[in-house]
Amino acid sequence: MTKTNVTRRGVLRTGAVAGAGLALPTYLRAAQHEGFTNAPTGDTVTLGFNVPQTGPYADEGADELRAFELAVEHLNGGGDGGMLQTFSEKNLDGTGILGKKVEYVTGDTQTKSDAARASARSMIEKDGAVMISGGSSSGVAVAVQGLCQEAGVIFMAGLTHSNDTTGKDKKANGFRHFFNAYMSAAALAPVLESLYGADRKAYHLTADYTWGWTQQESIQAATEALGWETVENVLTPLAATDFSSYIAPVLQSGADVLVLNHYGGNMVNSLTNAVQFGLREAQANGKDFQIVVPLYSELMARGAGENIAGIPGSQNWDWKLENQLGERYTGTNAFVQSFGEKYGFPPSQAAHTCYAQTLLYADAVTRAGSFNPCAVAEALQDFEFDGLGNGPTTYRGADHQCFKDVVVVRGKENPENEFDLVEIVEVTPADAVTYEPDHPMFSGGSLGSCNPGA
Amino acid sequence: MDAIILQTLNGLDKGSAYALIALGLTLIFGTLGVVNFAHGALFMIGAFCAVTLQRLLSASYTTLDETRTDFLGNPAKIETPYVEAWFGPDVGAGIIEWSVPLAILFSIPVMMLIGFAMERGLIKHFYKRPHADQILVTFGLAIVLQEIIKYFYGANPIPTPAPDALTGSFDFGALLGMDPNVIIYPYWRLVYFAFAALVIGAVFAFLQFTTFGMVVRAGMADRETVGLLGINIDKRFTIMFGLAACVAGLAGVMYAPINSPNYHMGMDFLVLSFVVVVVGGMGSLPGAVLAGFLLGILESFASMTQVINLIPGINQIIIYVVAIIVLLTRPRGLMGRKGVMEE
Repeated sequence: MTKTNVTRRGVLRTGAVAGAGLALPTYLRAAQHEGFTNAPTGDTVTLGFNVPQTGPYADEGADELRAFELAVEHLNGGGDGGMLQTFSEKNLDGTGILGKKVEYVTGDTQTKSDAARASARSMIEKDGAVMISGGSSSGVAVAVQGLCQEAGVIFMAGLTHSNDTTGKDKKANGFRHFFNAYMSAAALAPVLESLYGADRKAYHLTADYTWGWTQQESIQAATEALGWETVENVLTPLAATDFSSYIAPVLQSGADVLVLNHYGGNMVNSLTNAVQFGLREAQANGKDFQIVVPLYSELMARGAGENIAGIPGSQNWDWKLENQLGERYTGTNAFVQSFGEKYGFPPSQAAHTCYAQTLLYADAVTRAGSFNPCAVAEALQDFEFDGLGNGPTTYRGADHQCFKDVVVVRGKENPENEFDLVEIVEVTPADAVTYEPDHPMFSGGSLGSCNPGA
Repeated sequence: MDAIILQTLNGLDKGSAYALIALGLTLIFGTLGVVNFAHGALFMIGAFCAVTLQRLLSASYTTLDETRTDFLGNPAKIETPYVEAWFGPDVGAGIIEWSVPLAILFSIPVMMLIGFAMERGLIKHFYKRPHADQILVTFGLAIVLQEIIKYFYGANPIPTPAPDALTGSFDFGALLGMDPNVIIYPYWRLVYFAFAALVIGAVFAFLQFTTFGMVVRAGMADRETVGLLGINIDKRFTIMFGLAACVAGLAGVMYAPINSPNYHMGMDFLVLSFVVVVVGGMGSLPGAVLAGFLLGILESFASMTQVINLIPGINQIIIYVVAIIVLLTRPRGLMGRKGVMEE
């Protein structure tokens, strides 16, 4: 007769340990197999594209998703190959990544940090995504970047413009191709001087959140360096829709320039209100009153309609770059051709950065010979490349920020169609927008170490 | 002084929108006893009536222009609106330009029908349910309506300009004998204020001077007794729901040139409008109008730079601070009636 020592306490203890093991996040358990999170084991690899599919930036998110789909198609050998043809690195041959067919899953950030983290977590834990990309809001990008760092996957940021993404909130697993608020200001300031002179008084309206603060700080510093005076900076609630009561006092303030540090719907409404109040035709201090919007996208220009005419701003990229400024921006036409043939309209800058990020990730994996995030990060650090539409570009190792030319644009006075809303004023070379990694606007954080999830 | 006049004008203008939406909300609450969280969506649908009419009037046929190319190098597509082909370029362009004022006529039957459909199809089933159920179902309905709009029109704001004759701004200061360009105010916002005053006046006149209005007011005071007199008050209340939808829709149509309509604009106004209704007094139509203008003006003054510098952040909370003060000192709101929502 065998005596079994099964006790109530023993069963509970065993159950608790087993339960805890089962409850352990999938990515931690997966990491134990191959040394990093979600190591692909079959003949496919899964990427996670986390974009706003609902909420105010849904149209921008849809354009990002189109670009991701196009990039995956090209990586798998479909379509005309797009920028694979023009990319300075020739490692990608249309056979997927390291011979594995690329598959993807999508998530909806809803432009909310908690929802974005939940969808990214789901893509990592349930779908086995080895890389997360996407964006359209800096708050979301910072939140998801933090999650990817904890989970041990690479985050290739989409549209995020706050200095903090590669400043105080930078992470070793996160990489940003898009430009930032400092670069916008550095590129825009000389153009503002040539357009409006060095003796100006600026009134700022600023969206009261991380992006607005860094955008305002950057453009104030850059314009004050020119000799401009900052009369006032008024923080406006992110939820504000009617800006009339903020616009009304501007003319009485003694200012002769209004700087709108607003994005998306905020910018569309504040600009519309400013034009309604006659600021564009007004005179102040003996000069024509001017309005400046440091960052705007094609979609915002479309929302603002004719009010955008003549308003200067900056962009990461423009679909007309190669046609207007020549071979330096090789890759632009190839991408516009692929995207335009597939979807019927030219791509936005959000689409461009997402497409470029996907190719850059795939190339880094190929050069590293591994999907291990630490190997990929090493391959991306201080990587110099060309042919992706922005001219020669460097992924700086110190903060994982891309340095490249910045496009200064202005709303077109007489657009010929709904895609022809902005004109390129000039392109500021990368050197003029480069800053030290320890610049005060970017200080306060550190990359930390790469986390492979093991 | 000029800043005070300017912010008063602004406040009256903001208050116009609040008052119109709150008026509709109060009409529905006062007659049907329903807390309608879908009312903001009706405002948004009104704005999209303007967008829809603008698109209908801009419906075009396409021709190819071989002398120009599009972004892919193909012959450029030239869109010519049918109205320009039918009535000539000048008249056609004029019709399209006046699409927002024309949308007032377009929106009245559309909003009436939507109001009737909402009331008969969904809301009437919730009359005897608790207010919490009504709030949940109408809030859900608001989400459904805005998602439908987003599906057809996208999430991006759609520019819907006012006619050229009514754009630009008016030198209010010169009218008051001040220096030129001291108080500049947009024409369309003045039009909005005048339009809101007209609609509010029309609603009050309808309720005050017509037999229908008298019965509705009697029903609002004592629904049971009016029913016992053999009057079909439910039918009249359904019409009132349609009227309230119409008021919200008209507010939305005229708001379209002020801020480009987007699918979310109703939600942006909904919470504020409820605060307006509560401050004015649940079920009180004059209270809703009074509180709408009062909160609009206070919100404008709180956004003044001098005020923000004195009390940082006051612009973000002023409406709620006022609501707390009013409810602490006058729990039924400024003009609330005894017994409403107190059972």
